[in-house]
Amino acid sequence: MLLYVWQSFENYFATETHGKTSYTMPKRTDLHTILVIGSGPIVIGQACEFDYSGTQACKVLREEGYRVVLINSNPATIMTDPNVADATYVEPITTQFIEEVIKKEKPDAILPTMGGQVALNAAVQLHEAGILAKYNVELIGSKIESIHKAEDRELFLHAMLKIGMEMPKGAFVQDLEAGMEMIDEIGFPAIIRPSFTLGGTGGGIAYNLEEYREMLRNGLVASPVQRVLVEESIIGWKEYELEVMRDTNDNVVIVCSIENVDPMGVHTGDSITVAPAQTLTDREYQHMRDASLKIIREIGVETGGSNIQFAVNPANGRMVVIEMNPRVSRSSALASKATGFPIAKMAAKLAVGYTLDEILNDITKKTPACFEPSIDYVVVKIPRWDFEKFHESDNSLGIQMKSVGEAMAFGRNFKEALQKALRSLEQKRFGFGFDHPSYNDITPLEEAELVPLRSNLRKRTSASIFDLCDALRAGMSTEEIHSLTKYDPWFIVQCKQIVDEALELVRATHNGLTLSDVSTSQMRRLKRYGFSDYQIATILCASESAVRAQRQHLGVIPVYKTVDTCAAEFESETPYHYSCYDTENEAIPSDKKKVIILGSGPNRIGQGIEFDYCCVQGVFALQALGYEAIMINCNPETVSTDYDTTSRLYFEPLTFEDVMNVIELEKPDGVVITFGGQTPLKLAQRLLEANAPLIGTSPEGIDLAEDRQRFGDLLARLEIPCPPWGTSVTENDAVDIADRVGYPVLVRPSYVLGGRAMQICYREDSLREYMRTAIAQDPSRPVLIDHFLENALEFDVDAVSDGETVIIGGIMQHIEEAGVHSGDSSCVLPPYNIAPSIVETMRQYARSMARELNVIGLLNIQFAVQNEVVYVLEVNPRASRTVPFVSKATGVQLAQIATRVMVGEKLADIKMPEFNASMSRTAIKESVFPFAKFPHASVFLGPEMRSTGEVMGMDSSFGRAIVKSHISSGNALPLTGNVFISLSSHDKTTRAVKTARGYVELGFSILATSGTSAFLSQHGVETTSVLKHYEGRPSIIDQIANGDVQIVINTPIGENARHDEAVMGRTAMKYKVPFFTTLAAAEASLHGIKALRNESFTAISLQDHYASSGA
Amino acid sequence: MARLAAVLALENGMTIEGEAIGAIGAECMGELVFNTAMSGYQEVLTDPSYKGQVVTFTYPHIGNYGVNDDDVESDGIKASGLVVHELSPTVSNFRASRSLQSYLEENGVAGIEGVDTRMIVRILRSQGALRCVIAHGANLDHQELVARAQAVPSMSGQDLTPLVTTGAPYQWENSEAQRWDYRPEQRGDGARKRVVAIDYGIKRNILRRLSHYGCDVTVVPATATASEILAYDPQGVFLSNGPGDPAAVTVAIHTVRDLIGKRPIFGICLGHQILSLAVGATTYKLKFGHRGANHPVKNLLTGAIEITSQNHGFAVDPATLPANAVMTHVNLNDNTCAGIALNNAPAFAVQYHPEASPGPHDSDYLFRDFMKMM
Repeated sequence: MLLYVWQSFENYFATETHGKTSYTMPKRTDLHTILVIGSGPIVIGQACEFDYSGTQACKVLREEGYRVVLINSNPATIMTDPNVADATYVEPITTQFIEEVIKKEKPDAILPTMGGQVALNAAVQLHEAGILAKYNVELIGSKIESIHKAEDRELFLHAMLKIGMEMPKGAFVQDLEAGMEMIDEIGFPAIIRPSFTLGGTGGGIAYNLEEYREMLRNGLVASPVQRVLVEESIIGWKEYELEVMRDTNDNVVIVCSIENVDPMGVHTGDSITVAPAQTLTDREYQHMRDASLKIIREIGVETGGSNIQFAVNPANGRMVVIEMNPRVSRSSALASKATGFPIAKMAAKLAVGYTLDEILNDITKKTPACFEPSIDYVVVKIPRWDFEKFHESDNSLGIQMKSVGEAMAFGRNFKEALQKALRSLEQKRFGFGFDHPSYNDITPLEEAELVPLRSNLRKRTSASIFDLCDALRAGMSTEEIHSLTKYDPWFIVQCKQIVDEALELVRATHNGLTLSDVSTSQMRRLKRYGFSDYQIATILCASESAVRAQRQHLGVIPVYKTVDTCAAEFESETPYHYSCYDTENEAIPSDKKKVIILGSGPNRIGQGIEFDYCCVQGVFALQALGYEAIMINCNPETVSTDYDTTSRLYFEPLTFEDVMNVIELEKPDGVVITFGGQTPLKLAQRLLEANAPLIGTSPEGIDLAEDRQRFGDLLARLEIPCPPWGTSVTENDAVDIADRVGYPVLVRPSYVLGGRAMQICYREDSLREYMRTAIAQDPSRPVLIDHFLENALEFDVDAVSDGETVIIGGIMQHIEEAGVHSGDSSCVLPPYNIAPSIVETMRQYARSMARELNVIGLLNIQFAVQNEVVYVLEVNPRASRTVPFVSKATGVQLAQIATRVMVGEKLADIKMPEFNASMSRTAIKESVFPFAKFPHASVFLGPEMRSTGEVMGMDSSFGRAIVKSHISSGNALPLTGNVFISLSSHDKTTRAVKTARGYVELGFSILATSGTSAFLSQHGVETTSVLKHYEGRPSIIDQIANGDVQIVINTPIGENARHDEAVMGRTAMKYKVPFFTTLAAAEASLHGIKALRNESFTAISLQDHYASSGA
Repeated sequence: MARLAAVLALENGMTIEGEAIGAIGAECMGELVFNTAMSGYQEVLTDPSYKGQVVTFTYPHIGNYGVNDDDVESDGIKASGLVVHELSPTVSNFRASRSLQSYLEENGVAGIEGVDTRMIVRILRSQGALRCVIAHGANLDHQELVARAQAVPSMSGQDLTPLVTTGAPYQWENSEAQRWDYRPEQRGDGARKRVVAIDYGIKRNILRRLSHYGCDVTVVPATATASEILAYDPQGVFLSNGPGDPAAVTVAIHTVRDLIGKRPIFGICLGHQILSLAVGATTYKLKFGHRGANHPVKNLLTGAIEITSQNHGFAVDPATLPANAVMTHVNLNDNTCAGIALNNAPAFAVQYHPEASPGPHDSDYLFRDFMKMM
């Protein structure tokens, strides 16, 4: 029926709806198999948010009946769990291997928008190599033209100008000269953005000509297309992001707006951000929304999610477009968790032809997905940095992302969300200041003391938020703080409210107020402002438990609200909750059997996705057993905080207070603390004292394994050797101990995480120096001194125990010798070149220790083998970093089995297979490092863990596996060329000669520093001597830069790498030359190069691997 | 610094304690409703359709960007009161001229803050819109307040247009700042059309949008008769939004019935309901209404989806539409009627707010269609 008045409508839609004439577009039936590309190893700027998005995509596509094929080199992901996709390829994400997968699996389409920049780049490369056309594979989600338009700054600029959008002034330059010419126009500070790099790598802000030239040069190198955008600085402007979704019918919705607390100038990944936008009028917001709709249409993202960033001049509202990501992103993961609108899941559905009105809102299950979430809370995200891992780097923030993780928190106001997010970071901070007695000093600051404070406020660092607190405490005005920091006054005043509230209590305490005097209304206000019991206790000089008890006595207990996408307008079905101190509680516990799993909090070096993997496996196992699996976590990037994964999700900080609140509400049958790494373990003792029903290994068992003295006694009783050791709090004692146990010694503060502040001392002087530093830092904390087993082989064993039976899940041999942190070391499963009797000894030791510690669940042991003697280095009765790798390599789901054991099943009934050390395939785990982000940090590996992620290479032989793991980690092995060798005096051995000879036999030429050259020549290896960095030019550095070196083998002298070695390491990193710092790694690569030269490679799915071995 | 206490009393007997905001002690009563828009409180409060209603804002921070002289939908606050979780202690926006608190004081409008607004929404969601009273002061008699809430006249059957319509006809002079001129490419540059807008409580952005698309608008009172309207020889007639029960606006229904077929007609919100009533359909009161800026509406002719701004407590029953009227738009959240058109006369109307303000601009095309129809 054509209505009279609608003739005009028809005309309108013919011209105005962007050429779409079909009004319904059902699910595509022409597609059968879809290849999803993952994002590879976790690196800074690309973390487990893509595991979350990819897992969602795989899940939803399978639910829709498609056959899903997945490629991702990262074994720590949940998406590479063999149950997530129909065929799972843990293989390098390169054109070559993706083509192999395409050949085998014959996908109809590739979904490249779930795997971050890695997947998008892979898609572009596949297109450029003609592979998509050759195999007739379609890209869904984003088309090549759209990717180009969004990613290529020049095309993007033109597109924006075409639709009338403003961008910062600037230009693209391809060489230094052109860049230098631009500077007059754009002025200082100038922004340098290399094209096609991740997380702003190689970019920067230049304040003077010299800096500008340097950054320009670096940027041109960092950009794979040697092109850099130089542009006007809009530092200090307000920064916003909108998450946009579009379907094939051109319906567009905004899922979430995000406002950055840190203004322009700090990478959004390093910014404190808040959702929704707080300081835009509706007109301004709609102006931005209109712009987003125009942009996504112009860029042509046909279906799925995009992230668009804007900057707004606070003085006059001028709005410019910063950039657009035509894919799901870190921000979209955040927006999904912040709103309850699962962007990746929806994007996957849209990619196969659904329209937004055909999909139901995931949370209400009643209303359609084509709406814009309305939220009735505030969400704050704060990044977590690990600067202390990179000693030589300062904590300044800029346009290049440096954070390794983030925490997010919900509150019914900004203050509450901010304080919860700060305590979620687990950096010994319990809120916005007032968590240390020093905050109770309210003596006014002298003018002179304000000078350094002002200077700090001008800088953007990882500590800026606490500088803000100090400024407010000092009584600095909002105007002054704004002029120094450019934080929006609204945020400053919110923070001032927190400080004022705290100061009121501090002053009252000075006047004699004690805990019991605090009124109900004051207590409630403090809690509504997000203060933790810890902060209140610190101010009142009371204990945290006393505050908790008194608070509960006053009836001030949290209630839980629901994240429901609609501000409570409609009933919701999904139990996704956060705490606040409002009136009504919506989280009504069920009467089902239930277990709470405590997550691992924000990612950090040493504790990342591997633990989230274990938690999620635990959830799966519990759900399969009919339990309600309740998750508590605060990391928005993860799969564990996907409300669709868990039975019930509490998005809460992992502090005792917040965890115990949930436990008291839910009254679970069990609480699992052994999957989330150190985070939940730190709470073990207090949870136990609070009668939380912990399941699995008892905190007593955990403590026994961590307490060196008691554990040493236990080993002595079991007659298991460990390296001799001692503890000391003084320099002289330490020297005595070292003399007793023998040099070299491994020294570290007791109770360290991730090997922080560990060092190997070869001589007394360096030991003395270490002790002086350690004592200066904390004289009360003893230093552990172990005899260091030099040149020992190191092994990791993961096992499951039910208290009676202990079954070994996997044994891994480290490729690097003991001394390199196990999280950084490459490792191989099963062990190679080791006697079966040694393996058997390790199994026996593992069993007896597990029984002695009464382990119920997972157990990880590190062994060192020196001269055929097996030593125990460490036992951790909890999930380890290697559990996902072992599970992927063996096909045995260790974490799931451990969960079943924890709720009372017996291994005998589960029929878990014992690890087969003569299995027919080899898996190699290789670590990935963020050195490119920390240009001043040492690139040499040591006892302190610094890798952010890992890859797995798995194939039928050691050599084949290492080829794959090298490609995946971005260090593809060369076939021919020059190998540069520089050996430390320790390494001038026959082993080194053999290794060098191995390279020569494969046709490589050897370059070496004078000393090494002389040594190798003496032993009959022909070398060309080259100059070291400091010896003059052309030096080895120039040769690496010129592409004349294909492999660098540089074993550093024992302790601090000399300056020139550091330069060389960085240069090798920069030019992506494989860089080996141990002979063992150099030897291992020989196997790889041999395989590479003589054999052909293909991609093998996990499912095929398991089928062929019967696992 | 403790603020003055306040109590929100509901007709169902509940009383909720909070703190006083706005004009202290001002009388505040009406139908308690909620709005889920996350921005645009100034537009909401000045929207005449909120006459007789106390608005609960679901977004917990209200007042962040203050108020300014431009973002108003009428000459002042029209809502009877407001309920917020937290009123901003500061104002941050380059356009702000004053704080929301001082704006409330100027307008003599009272409110309450520090209450669990989400709980209130859940109550309204399950029990429907409730009459309420907000009172300021210590030691208030809760029972007495509940009794007063119960005495507030019900919205059903009330014609509230006389409270908000213009007293005399006037010509709309557009003074919209250039920077907010969205869709400039669709600005009406051709011959201007003469339009009469019947003011049941018209929002200024409707007038701004009509003007943008090329209409010279004469605004007439809600009680204007068809002959008075036709005396302007308009090329089109616009039926505005407004407060209250549409079925009670009987004069307007008669007027519109007389205009159908004589001039092209476009109606919004109450105007939509009046057009529907004029052709014989009936309206009914929704349980808790639609108030927000995120409601999906599907255009049934094109299949396109619009994210719309909504504010209505009554709806047209599509089953009662006569043969000459067709439902053209549907609300996808609850499948209620979101728009109709006549097929024997140039007349169409939508239940929602294409003029947005606050809210998305997705439905702006309707103004252009009205232009095309004339």
